Amino acid sequence: MIEIRDLHKYFGALHVLKGIDLEVQKGEVLSVIGASGSGKSTLLYCINGLEVIQQGSVAVDETDVHAKGTDINKLRQKLGMVFQQWNSFPHLTALENVALAPKIVKGKSRAEAREIAAKQLAHVGLGEKLDVYPSALSGGQQQRLAIARALAMEPEYMLFDEATSALDPELVGEVLDTMRLLAEEGMTMICVTHEMGFARDVSDRVAFFHQGVMEEIGPPEQIFGNAKSEHTRKFLANVR
Amino acid sequence: MFDYNFHWRPVMKSLPDLIDAALLTLQVAVLSMAIGIIIGLCLALIRLHMKGPLYWFATSWVEVARNTPALFQLFFFGFGLGAFGLHLSPYLIVLAGLTFNCAGYLAENFRGGFQAIPETQIRASRSLGMTAWQAYTRVVIPQVFRIVYHPVTNQMVWAVLMSSLGMLVGFRELSGETQFFASRTFRIFEYFAVTAVIYYVIVKIILGASRLMAARLFRY
Repeated sequence: MIEIRDLHKYFGALHVLKGIDLEVQKGEVLSVIGASGSGKSTLLYCINGLEVIQQGSVAVDETDVHAKGTDINKLRQKLGMVFQQWNSFPHLTALENVALAPKIVKGKSRAEAREIAAKQLAHVGLGEKLDVYPSALSGGQQQRLAIARALAMEPEYMLFDEATSALDPELVGEVLDTMRLLAEEGMTMICVTHEMGFARDVSDRVAFFHQGVMEEIGPPEQIFGNAKSEHTRKFLANVR
Repeated sequence: MFDYNFHWRPVMKSLPDLIDAALLTLQVAVLSMAIGIIIGLCLALIRLHMKGPLYWFATSWVEVARNTPALFQLFFFGFGLGAFGLHLSPYLIVLAGLTFNCAGYLAENFRGGFQAIPETQIRASRSLGMTAWQAYTRVVIPQVFRIVYHPVTNQMVWAVLMSSLGMLVGFRELSGETQFFASRTFRIFEYFAVTAVIYYVIVKIILGASRLMAARLFRY
């Protein structure tokens, strides 16, 4: 379970997250929606410790992410992350991209790491592209590669930071399909997204962020059908 | 048209000595590059990540190395230190001068290389549980290596050619040796023509080897 308590985050004088309280249960798919700059992505970075926080706490399976004694590198193995800019490693083949972390972080043997990598690449539909360098892959394929790379660490949670925002429209579908697949397999997911269709169809709950505050959270039917907050209704009216 | 008679025989007779001197040239160039790469890497990282005295030390090094004549830098290690009673051998003067110069240029190459790698590559690596060291050594540096590969090759060529300044501090590398024989035989044109060819061949070999290695190393 991910437990966020009274989380505050500042970038200098800018108050980006203003007291977030949120729990995400095992097996849940949570979509986070909201305008750019509302703090959605920052929330993800605070969950896996890529950003420090100024107040409050984030706990993953009861381990405090931001506590001094926490082995953050170990904790991050539980938290797969997929970025808007897919960040594939250009100097490695698809297989090597995925095999790298299992090998050097988890200490798997070369053969074992490659086996895991091949399995995960097949999982996301890149089984034919093992020896291809990222430069020869499309954006959608590179994003699926990034998903496979995160999955190879056998995470218990997956954090998606606008995974489809940087893609050409015709490539969005294949990445969303992969994310759907993971959701169906029972992966716990937090998806910061602008894909309202995905948020509605796949998530168990949807959270709406507005200017650093979580305005509203609830099942998709509530958010999309019967939002309580004026801001939520306005936002959804604009994106539709 | 002109009444100069070419005499190649003395040059050919001293060719073995010239080849030996060429190897010395190559040795001092390779050594100064090897040390220069290590120092240059340190200077680049200091300039990227540190403040205070170390930053200013590294910056001054780069500024002086790049913005003053290489010859003066050699003279500093020769006559400059000599004036303070520290007498280096000609070999060490050239090695130190070249290393100082190369490190300055390489530092800027490396700095540019590091800056070319997006911060997000490190974030992605760290999100997989890699330590900062692993992210640097497994993800960042291999990419920097490719970016700086050709500039470093250029610097290597430059080091070979610049080592000819050694002649002016009494070092008998290829140019010094040539000068020595030329002044003994007065076959100045012949000697320097042949030496130019030797330099040319050395550089061609370096460039060819570098290209072959690049083809093997960089498949992406």
